[in-house]
Amino acid sequence: MLTFNLLVLVALAYVAFLFAVAFAAERRAARGDDGWLRSPLIYTLSLSIYCTAWTFYGAVGYAARSGLEYLTIYLGPSLVMIGWFWVVRKLVRIGRTQRITSIADLISSRYGKSTALGVIVTILVVVGITPYIALQLQSITLSFSVFVDPGGDVPAGASRDAVALWSAAGLALFTILFGTRNLDANERHHGVVLAIAVEAVVKLCALLAVGIFVVWGIGRGWTDMLARIDASPIADWSQPGGRWVGLTFLSAAAFLCLPRMFQVLVVENGNERHLVTASWAFPLYLLLMSLFVVPIAVLGLDLMPAGSNPDLFVLTLPLSQGRDGLAMLSFLGGFSSATSMVIVATIALATMVSNHIVVPVWLRLRRDGSMIAGDVRGVVLLARRVSIAAVLALGYVYFRLSGGGAALSAIGLIAFVGVTQILPAMIGGIFWRGATGLGAAAGLVSGFAIWVWTLFLPSFGADAVIPAQVMAQGPWGIGWLRPHAFFGVQGIDPVMHAMIWSMLVNTSLFLIVSMLTFPNPLERMQGAQFVNVFEHSAGTRAWGQTAAAAEDLLIMAQRIIGAADAQAIFLRAAQAQGKPGYLPDVTPDFIALLERELAGSVGAATAHAMVGQFTEGASVTVEDLIAVADEAAQILEYSTQLEAKSAELEQTAGQLRAANEKLTALSVQKDSFLSQISHELRTPMTSIRAFSEILRDGDTGPAEQQKYAGIIQDEALRLTRLLDDLLDLDVLEHGQVELHRQRGQLRDVIDRAVSAAGPRGGRLRLVRRRADEAIMLETDLERLAQVFINLIANAQKYCNAADPVLRIEVARLGAGYAVDFVDNGTGISPEHRQVIFEKFSRLTDPGRAGGAGLGLAICREIMARLGGGIDYLPGQGGAAFRVVLPVADAMAAQ
Amino acid sequence: MARRVLLIEDEPNIIEAISFILSRDGWTVHAHADGTTAFDRVRALPPDLIILDVMLPGRSGFDILRDLRAAPALAAIPVLMLTARGQTKDRELAERLGVSLFMTKPFSNAEVLANVRALVAE
Amino acid sequence: MPKPPPPLFLGRASYRQRRLRDAVRLLPVAGAVGCMIPLLWPRGAEGPGNGLALLYLFGLWAGLIAAAFILSRAMRPEDDTDAAEGE
Repeated sequence: MLTFNLLVLVALAYVAFLFAVAFAAERRAARGDDGWLRSPLIYTLSLSIYCTAWTFYGAVGYAARSGLEYLTIYLGPSLVMIGWFWVVRKLVRIGRTQRITSIADLISSRYGKSTALGVIVTILVVVGITPYIALQLQSITLSFSVFVDPGGDVPAGASRDAVALWSAAGLALFTILFGTRNLDANERHHGVVLAIAVEAVVKLCALLAVGIFVVWGIGRGWTDMLARIDASPIADWSQPGGRWVGLTFLSAAAFLCLPRMFQVLVVENGNERHLVTASWAFPLYLLLMSLFVVPIAVLGLDLMPAGSNPDLFVLTLPLSQGRDGLAMLSFLGGFSSATSMVIVATIALATMVSNHIVVPVWLRLRRDGSMIAGDVRGVVLLARRVSIAAVLALGYVYFRLSGGGAALSAIGLIAFVGVTQILPAMIGGIFWRGATGLGAAAGLVSGFAIWVWTLFLPSFGADAVIPAQVMAQGPWGIGWLRPHAFFGVQGIDPVMHAMIWSMLVNTSLFLIVSMLTFPNPLERMQGAQFVNVFEHSAGTRAWGQTAAAAEDLLIMAQRIIGAADAQAIFLRAAQAQGKPGYLPDVTPDFIALLERELAGSVGAATAHAMVGQFTEGASVTVEDLIAVADEAAQILEYSTQLEAKSAELEQTAGQLRAANEKLTALSVQKDSFLSQISHELRTPMTSIRAFSEILRDGDTGPAEQQKYAGIIQDEALRLTRLLDDLLDLDVLEHGQVELHRQRGQLRDVIDRAVSAAGPRGGRLRLVRRRADEAIMLETDLERLAQVFINLIANAQKYCNAADPVLRIEVARLGAGYAVDFVDNGTGISPEHRQVIFEKFSRLTDPGRAGGAGLGLAICREIMARLGGGIDYLPGQGGAAFRVVLPVADAMAAQ
Repeated sequence: MARRVLLIEDEPNIIEAISFILSRDGWTVHAHADGTTAFDRVRALPPDLIILDVMLPGRSGFDILRDLRAAPALAAIPVLMLTARGQTKDRELAERLGVSLFMTKPFSNAEVLANVRALVAE
Repeated sequence: MPKPPPPLFLGRASYRQRRLRDAVRLLPVAGAVGCMIPLLWPRGAEGPGNGLALLYLFGLWAGLIAAAFILSRAMRPEDDTDAAEGE
């Protein structure tokens, strides 16, 4: 016979083992050797905290009482995980991009980082989950009592309370030790997670061992087992349909909404890919956990004396068969289930309490004093540790007050209905951009109130909180408010009654109020971020231009997340901005980054409020609205990019068409090339020949002689220029040109070009803004001047306005400068614009006789060599050319 | 009465050269540099001979020639086409349009003078 | 700026991945329907009994797990965006 003391010893040894495992994991993680700690297997096992002592012991009792209905508790979560692609995947992605710390933080962050919603959700889960923790304490004391008094009855009061007290204290110690090592909830608690994984294996092995013993040790295999089921009191399939559907939905919803499940599923998730494995592995775990429940229940009903507590069959059945070892294993399994649930639930609750209640209150109290003076990090850590102790103390007090017994065993489903109130706000929040904070608050508060009135308070038993008379008649005799018969609907099971009414009112109010109210800008922004998390995984940006000093922010950040981490963030940000040292410019991007980092420690609402103290105006400003618009533009741009990518083929085809058209045009040009070059050479040649013949004939006066010799010289020069241009272009095209880089003012280059082109075209009026031209350049100034000369000369030649004007405008363009030459003529027709930069493309329009058509081709080649460009600028009224000066060449004059 | 030649040409130096050559021989030379208004100028004068360039601002020499040959009052005026575009297809086009004589630039002064005399003498 | 329309058709491999995702989305729906089927059975003594119901539910469950396992193996890890909408 196992003694109570031996049992305590084993339990202590097991706890010591868990401490050792957690320590080892933390040390390995600290050494950076945490690869296997981040495996999908560990992740899947950590999800097993869904199976608490309530399911470990209670499932058998449940089956003994209600047949197969216990399966709904497992089928719901199985379906959620198998359907991970719908909701869980999105939650995990949102959790990571928004650095969500808890389910209260999720709701608060989604609805505009609202402090009020964080408080509402926190209160709701604390009220709902504390009894659940008490239930675990009860299961530990009950399992101890089994060994003291094999009947499973309530043991002696003193030792029972002592067991509960010491369990609670031990759990508090473990949770504080390993649950608050790091403040940033986004960094996983390796020790806790590994300890939970070990416990998951222990409880699965324990239940499987008992099951195998029952089926093959006591019974004679599966066929015998099926025969026994058919002969048992739970042989008939008599499941009420409403409860079957309702409980499946309830367990699926609770799986998503329970704070501890959110903690392991979303917050502790290290890699989204783990979901793919967990999608089948976790249902498999649940299947194995529930596989032997019915056999154990059937054999327990068969073999144990009438009146035995079926909740304890897992323990009492092996004990009654003299299998002490198996019973011990089973005890450890139940112990594991209880402790792992309590640890994670406590961490989750403590995070919420400290982030959404303690720290905001503390901040408000200190609002007038300087925030920098306080040690925020210390306060947050202390708040979290005190919260852990408080949550466990609350559980213990609840356990003592409720006196154990039947009132507690129902609390599992009651807690499920309670946390499920979060579901509409959560699902609505991640799928519907129209969901507003007021809608969420209305739904949560109304659902919470109905749950408290119809299920939670009555669960304490008749006359415990609500007098029996109120239960029967309604408050103040108002019949339709009777807790178990809302609006006169009677005869439904209380859990279903509460679930249906609370969800109905909750969801309706959530939807209606959301549709009637208008969200504030921050809400809308967060809504877009949450709903479109897959299209747009960048973080939020909420702050406009601010006056916060980087140093103040650094001091504050150091106090929250620790000096080293804070300095690392600031250093990275400063480097990214190209600044030396630790103090980056306080840009909206930086503020958003910092806020996100802080949110990982203290939650979105608090981080927003803290940063808000340093940045002008804690309310949303016009700049924020512009940021919202920018965000939308980014999303649009991103999707356009994607579409552009997919339209690549079409673009290529378009480019081919354009290239083909250009080729055709070029071939036409090639044809006219000979004609052109011949014309260009023959025209000056004609004058030269004619006048040289005249001079040779000799019957001219001295003045005429002088004049004609001058004409011959001019035309010869024109011919030389043409040949020079041809050679120049050839050299440029073949890249043999040598650039002579010099420093100089853009203004001087333009001056030189104007005077070089000037004498020939006195009619053309130039409009310049010389102040804009004060730009230092370092480039081949001669070549640049050549381009300008060409453009001015073109305007002189071709501008056909009665009063020709050429505007030269200099403007910043991106990182470089653009120099625009715009005249007031008729411009160049669109069909000609694509060939004007080609060689010999002098427009064949007979009205445009003149140059050789090489000028623009040379300009283009020069600008390409200088690293800039020249383009025709449409839509300027006249002919307009834009010369783009390359980035490296342009330096603003000091 | 001095015989009148209308020179439709846009290169100032070539106008100068041909004016010198012909006026030395006793011709009155009128120069016109614009293609669009050239036809009106012909009708206003009308000259005994037209020397016509092809590449003109506004309107090509070919178009002007076509209009001249279509106008009954002016169709008989001899046209000497003088162009830097010496390709065969240009010459063929000019002949189809009814040019009296087609010459390419650069030219010999004596040859131009001889051809002008010959065309007007006919 | 006019948006270029998304591509109407995808390559064979991408098409497979799309249908695979459809299957992943459909699986829980099929599972939920499967879980509700026993509600159609007659209750009490003339019904199939809990033994058969147990076999049916665990069989369904195991089948769902197997399907989820196969789908998880076939799904490519990369490009999990929903942005491109071609089919």
